[in-house]
Amino acid sequence: MKIMVAIKRVVDYAVKIRVKPDKTGVVTQNVKMSMNPFCEIALEEALRIRESGLASEVVAVSMGPAQSVDTLRTGLAMGADRGIHVEANGSLYPLSVAKILKKLVEIEKPGLLILGKQAIDDDCNQTGQMTAGLLNWPQGTFASKVVLDKEKQVVTVDREVDDGIETVSLNLPAVITTDLRLNQPRYATLPNIMKAKSKPIKKYTPEELNVEIKSDLEIVQVTEPPKRKAGVVLSSVDELIDKLKHEARVI
Amino acid sequence: MASRTILEAMKNKRSFLFPSSPRFSIFSTRLGSTLVVAEHDGGAIRAPSLSALTATTCLPDSGSSVSLLLAGSGPSLHQAASHAASCHPSISQVLVADSDTFKSPLAEPWAKLVHMVQQRGGYSHIIAASSSFGKNVMPRAAALLDVSPVTDVTGISDSHTFVRPIYAGNALCTVRYTGAGPCILTIRATSFPAPQKSVDSKSNEASISQVDLSTFDEDLGKSRYISQTTQEDERPDLGNARIVVSGGRALKNAENFKLIENLAEKLGAAVGATRAAVDAGFVPNELQVGQTGKIVAPELYMAFGVSGAIQHIAGMRDSKVIVAVNNDADAPIFQVADYGLVGDLFEVIPELLEKLPEKK
Repeated sequence: MKIMVAIKRVVDYAVKIRVKPDKTGVVTQNVKMSMNPFCEIALEEALRIRESGLASEVVAVSMGPAQSVDTLRTGLAMGADRGIHVEANGSLYPLSVAKILKKLVEIEKPGLLILGKQAIDDDCNQTGQMTAGLLNWPQGTFASKVVLDKEKQVVTVDREVDDGIETVSLNLPAVITTDLRLNQPRYATLPNIMKAKSKPIKKYTPEELNVEIKSDLEIVQVTEPPKRKAGVVLSSVDELIDKLKHEARVI
Repeated sequence: MASRTILEAMKNKRSFLFPSSPRFSIFSTRLGSTLVVAEHDGGAIRAPSLSALTATTCLPDSGSSVSLLLAGSGPSLHQAASHAASCHPSISQVLVADSDTFKSPLAEPWAKLVHMVQQRGGYSHIIAASSSFGKNVMPRAAALLDVSPVTDVTGISDSHTFVRPIYAGNALCTVRYTGAGPCILTIRATSFPAPQKSVDSKSNEASISQVDLSTFDEDLGKSRYISQTTQEDERPDLGNARIVVSGGRALKNAENFKLIENLAEKLGAAVGATRAAVDAGFVPNELQVGQTGKIVAPELYMAFGVSGAIQHIAGMRDSKVIVAVNNDADAPIFQVADYGLVGDLFEVIPELLEKLPEKK
């Protein structure tokens, strides 16, 4: 069985982002970019499944500008067997990404598609669900545990939901989106980074895949959130209780 | 295709509810009618779904006709339906899908149901709360309808323009939906407060009708619900508690975390935690507050031993009053705290426990 993993290049999670003065977006030039943390977890899970002998190949795919190839190389260095890059400039919303993924799934025919539960830039949390809908595959979102039964062609997924953990069982092929607690992604070692340079990355354009990138959303503006007014540092518990009682009136 | 849906919709109830309204032009999909996909529990509508109802009242031309979709099976569904019929003055109709298929919140049949109800009703907006259920189901339903959903909406500017946080709440994005299909939203519950205790006036009662499931053709075998494990406790729900007391890595272990729980009990508060505290196993995952956990906006948020990473702040920055207790005076949490106390939480919490007044 083949596993496909979708990965996204985003502003590094530790960067304090700045909103552009013209309110068209967030400054991304000369800002450190990395693989979306949830995508790293998705890839790690795919690699572990392959290493346990339940999958034969892990294909990493990414959509976006030319630099997405760097992110794919990171994925290849972690251990993915090969990459696919769909070069698309301009804004790619989850619906377009889901349509591209659907086409790639039709070409590659993986038994499992794993994605992160959300990208930390747009915070959408949609792509996995949308792709599953378009493919008419079952979905196991916000996964914190994945158990594959190759014999029965079933995957059991523990999902992090609002009231705890929910367990579902899905027939393969299926879509899984990963939560933070699924695993601890590995670091790429130097030899593997070197090896990754010779791994193949196939390129497509949305036209070649016959996907029209159109959008039914337009960004009107991006602004800074309202600032909180400066707080005060208190010196004792008594003072804190007094403030909460008489100034903030919350207890 | 679109106009056929509308004609069907007009044949249904709305045309006779509003026979002369000029808004129901067959040339426009802007019927100004909203479908709220609601969750229920124990025979009542859940609080986040009530927030979704509040959001409908912010839509300038959609408040006129709000239908609420409920699904499940058994007596609790019908109890929830009658609760729904009288829980909010803006509801004009309650749609009930009664089938064992919807007993558990599986995305596959649910998304199909939303798709089917939309095909029949031609709604201009479909809204659900941005709960784990809404996040799981609504994007899938949106894909079936070939539209882009807008998730975690915190503000509504007009019927097609919405505000949502991006980059862990460090920027606010105003986005306009320009598509022809229905506008699908999940709303952030803390931004649309649920109305206080419902007024049970019989005059306001909405009609309850059954969704015809005879043509429902979801291929049911593909996913199965196995089980759910829930931590039972007496504390208020984290998502809508008035006070939240949360702890981070500095608590060091699960035993020490009891200090946070004791303080929460004294204040009648919910308990929250940082990712570090959850990952270290001090508390279960459903208590995580942040970009990837729960979003809270209580009147009082007390953070003990929480450094204040971007991802944690994302989940609590809209709290009315923030208190931080940390022994590191440079911790970023102090930049958002209204009241900061630099000190050892192992001394501060016992002192608070001793000196705080008993809750009423």
